[in-house]
Amino acid sequence: MLGPNLFANYGEAVAIILFGIGFSNLLLQKNLIKKIIGLNIMDTAVYLYLAEKGYIDGRVAPIVTNGVQEVGAYINPVPSGLVLTGIVVSVSVTALMLSLTIRLYRRYHTLDLDEISTRLKKEGL
Amino acid sequence: MPFVQNFPFFSIILSMFSGIVSAVLPARAAKWVNGVLIGTVGVLSAILLVYLMGTKEAFVYWMGHFPAPWGNEIRAGALEAGMALFFCVILLLSMLGGQKKLVGEVEYSKHNLYYILVDLLLSSLLALVYTNDLFTAYVFVEINTIAACGLILIRQNGRTIEAAVRYMIMSLLGSGLFLLGLCTLYDLTGHLLMSNIREAVAQLSRQQAYTVPLLTTIGLISAGLAIKSALFPFHTWLPDAYGYSTVSSAAILSSLVSKGYIFLLIKIFYRVIGFEIIGESKVINVLFVFGLMGMVFGSLSAIRENDIRRMIAYSSVAQIGYIYMGLGLGTQIGIVASVFHILSHAATKSLLFISAIGLTDVSGGSRKFLDLTGAGYRNKLAGVAFTVGSLSMVGVPMFSGFVSKLLFMEASLGHAIKMFPALLVLALSTILNAIYFMKTVIRLYVPDKRPDFGQITMKDEKLYAATLICFIALNVTLGMFSQPIVNWIRTGLSVFG
Repeated sequence: MLGPNLFANYGEAVAIILFGIGFSNLLLQKNLIKKIIGLNIMDTAVYLYLAEKGYIDGRVAPIVTNGVQEVGAYINPVPSGLVLTGIVVSVSVTALMLSLTIRLYRRYHTLDLDEISTRLKKEGL
Repeated sequence: MPFVQNFPFFSIILSMFSGIVSAVLPARAAKWVNGVLIGTVGVLSAILLVYLMGTKEAFVYWMGHFPAPWGNEIRAGALEAGMALFFCVILLLSMLGGQKKLVGEVEYSKHNLYYILVDLLLSSLLALVYTNDLFTAYVFVEINTIAACGLILIRQNGRTIEAAVRYMIMSLLGSGLFLLGLCTLYDLTGHLLMSNIREAVAQLSRQQAYTVPLLTTIGLISAGLAIKSALFPFHTWLPDAYGYSTVSSAAILSSLVSKGYIFLLIKIFYRVIGFEIIGESKVINVLFVFGLMGMVFGSLSAIRENDIRRMIAYSSVAQIGYIYMGLGLGTQIGIVASVFHILSHAATKSLLFISAIGLTDVSGGSRKFLDLTGAGYRNKLAGVAFTVGSLSMVGVPMFSGFVSKLLFMEASLGHAIKMFPALLVLALSTILNAIYFMKTVIRLYVPDKRPDFGQITMKDEKLYAATLICFIALNVTLGMFSQPIVNWIRTGLSVFG
């Protein structure tokens, strides 16, 4: 049963794989910029997942243009709304992370978080 | 609809607008707005609590008057109102206690930013407490994270920036998992309102449909919120963040921010998934095991620590472990114990942070144990306060920590398999707590007259002294009059789901 299910839902499968890639980058990379890239991949993967789940084949976005008013003709608008909200959230956390990265780079002239930690320990502040 | 039912909405919107207005106010005005705001929200929550204890049931408030499956909802019961009141009390006391330090450690031009962050933090905490909509909860979780990050950062040095980066990374991992879990849950049930999701989940579990996706979802949401609230293996950012930020921030972060996430998790267990399904799932066993590990390893790290602030921070890791152990038992009384420990830990940990400041101030600003020798004589009230906090953490009768330990013991007795490890680790952890807290208290009272450090008496710092006295009173109240509080938690939980 796994095979056909997987192929029918390949969009979701790709989204989850991307989520894994982003997650492990955010967790394991030493370089702060690569971590932020990982964060963005992870968040975007969730939006892809939502968009895939919200789309129904053969239906269109719920904007009445040609007078068709029946529910069956349109997709559910809520997942798209969630994606929009999610994008706002992820833009703000990305901005915050980037500004923190600039602060750290100006102070220590490196983007390697582990090196910054070892230097802080040496400073013994 | 009685007018009092508007109060949850008023509290949230009031704190949010105060944050916005404070952006254009000078620091002094922002400070007053902040103080008045916390007081007002506290009073509103208290009135709401009295009203809800009278009606003994929860009410649902439609945002924008759209009915159930479409609109956004607020739901308030006795537990939520009491939690909001308690958060306000702790927030106000932490702000007052750290006032003097804030002036010394943060540039004056940034003071109004600090008050904005606190206002926004309060609004997001209130929203987490009151909301009945899962996606709203996610948005406010993120606002909470950003505000908390700002609170760490407001005191600028290398350590705090690094701690803030680590905090953000861990938090973002957590919220990524939480968001994915939430999307899967929406996909499975077709609802975002908590009560509607629960009906759908109950139906799914009756039909034995989608068992694996449902389990995955519970796992993702629990793991996400556990990471965000610094459960044991995810606590690496915590000692630096609590140890080097300004003291109000440390108190607020340890006693409120992580508790907000835990409260949301309890709410999801009760209201979204349903407590029976959670009790049967294996996820809570994982939380139980990590909770136990946190109780031991947090304390072990605290024993090794040579810096009083970092020691208190590591002790937080152990206490978060207690709360997750209570959740992991999967029984009603376990949750009661956890909720009580949320209160007790919040009251005690902020007391410890605030009193530690008084002690380091009379030791030449040093936080090393050697320099703290005899500090209990140099600042008498801070010494007493720290002792009270320590005794409460160890679990000496009369103080709040004793009651929560008693409740945890009672809760674990009700569980056949988990009883033995829970009791064993509780005993072990109590001994470890006693080792590092009593070590510190003894150090504070070893006679050592150092004239170069000077003394601080109660008259020198009236506000600080008053804050400490309030904290001590709160702690003793929680310890001595625990029965009404436990009854309130029981009443609240019965209408929580």
